[in-house]
Amino acid sequence: MSGFGTIIAFVVGDVQRDRVVPPSGITARLTGFAAAAMAFLAVFALALSLASGRLAARWGDELARSSTLRISAPEAQMSEQTAAALRVLETTPGVVSARALTQEEQSRLLAPWFGPDLPLEALPIPQLIEISETKDGYDATGLRLRLQAEVPGAVLDDHTRWRKPLEQAAGRLRVLGIVSVLLIAATTAAMITLAAQAALAANAQVIAVLRLVGARDGYIAQAFVRRFTFRALGGAAVGTVLGLGAVMLLPAASTQGGFLTGLGFQGAGWLWPVLIPPLAGAVAYLATGQAARRVLKELA
Amino acid sequence: MIELENIAYSYGGGELLSDISLKLSPGSFHFLTGPSGSGKTTFLKLCYGALTPTAGQVRIFDQDVRTMNRDDHALARRRVGVVHQDCQFLDHLPVADNIALPLMVSGRDDIENVSNLKELMHWVGLGNRASALPPELSGGERQRAALARAVIMSPDVVLADEPTGNVDWEMSQRLLQLLIELNRMGKTIMIATHDLNLIRAAKSKVQTRVLRIANRKLQLAGADL
Repeated sequence: MSGFGTIIAFVVGDVQRDRVVPPSGITARLTGFAAAAMAFLAVFALALSLASGRLAARWGDELARSSTLRISAPEAQMSEQTAAALRVLETTPGVVSARALTQEEQSRLLAPWFGPDLPLEALPIPQLIEISETKDGYDATGLRLRLQAEVPGAVLDDHTRWRKPLEQAAGRLRVLGIVSVLLIAATTAAMITLAAQAALAANAQVIAVLRLVGARDGYIAQAFVRRFTFRALGGAAVGTVLGLGAVMLLPAASTQGGFLTGLGFQGAGWLWPVLIPPLAGAVAYLATGQAARRVLKELA
Repeated sequence: MIELENIAYSYGGGELLSDISLKLSPGSFHFLTGPSGSGKTTFLKLCYGALTPTAGQVRIFDQDVRTMNRDDHALARRRVGVVHQDCQFLDHLPVADNIALPLMVSGRDDIENVSNLKELMHWVGLGNRASALPPELSGGERQRAALARAVIMSPDVVLADEPTGNVDWEMSQRLLQLLIELNRMGKTIMIATHDLNLIRAAKSKVQTRVLRIANRKLQLAGADL
């Protein structure tokens, strides 16, 4: 409660205390601009890491529990081999269900490549069987051996071959996004520290006068800290709003666009960017406070 | 109030002051004279803790300056009004706010003190300059504003470095009168000055002691003034 009271007192502040520091036009505008630009970038870094996180989860989770069996066989043996394969799969531990895709489903899958008017019946298209696995999965090597014996035309694809690198790429992308957010926070801190230090150095006379009339370091520091915290807060708020606007202008997630269009926020993810301005304010508060304490100790 | 015990102060190579002892008791009125460059300003700075002696002990309100931290110094300065030779102000704030600054930084800027402010500004002849900015003031006006700022907290001690250097005789008499009034209220006053006429004028109104810095030492000047 007292912590909350301190925050309220800091926000409401003391108008006169703010007046003891002379208004400084260019530093103020630059600090606000830097905070806005960093917040804008932070929105994108957040969007990137959230989207790639979703992607990694989807590929890791959904695809891991499914695999495909492809049967290439002469027309005459196709249905027989399909039935044999389904029999094998149904008796395999770890397989939840196995289902042969219908003619229509197969032509839908091929439509993007060959166009909708392809006469599938005239082509020797392999039969696909969709396999759902339990969480622990099945023994792929054992299944391959059994299939080899009973269904010579079957090829088992457990998706690991292409899933692993994609999953890895998405995971790396997410780490990259998080590292970017951290770098942006650190850069913001560095820039605000430099600006605060410049402002403190430029106001050495003000500080000397305040010390002479009995102002404590805490009083002087607070005047500077308040100013920089509010500049950073305001700048970051503007940058976040602009960044969110830009993200909203991105095309919505869709199956046609692949994973690139998934870049954005979904559901509770929209709450993350709201945290950017207060975090920028907190970073500014800490950075300016430290700079002020350091500079004040150096001054007489 | 302020005690100096066998203190010395040296800048870089040479010793400026050596073996000085002095006790400023409550209600005393001191003048400090000496040739320019003899160390009057340094002496005053030692008295309010802006400088730490290179040898000996300074005690301000029974606290050793060497053991005081920055906040202790800040609190001590609320009880010591200081007028520098080159008075500095917050140039972006009007004179009235500058004079009220000690009240502001100590959180005592209440209505009662603010009405005192008007009276005080009138007393130092700045009544109609309240909204002027410090860079717009003349040298004499700056000194009067600095004196007003030094006394607004009603400090226990007032240390003034050539407070009448830039003002005419009539104004210097008014400023002196203000300091004498403060002294009668029990405040300790120390004025560094070259102006022997000022010292003579003061002697006729209040009991003063005149200190002289010569050859790095502090001496009690005779009654010959």
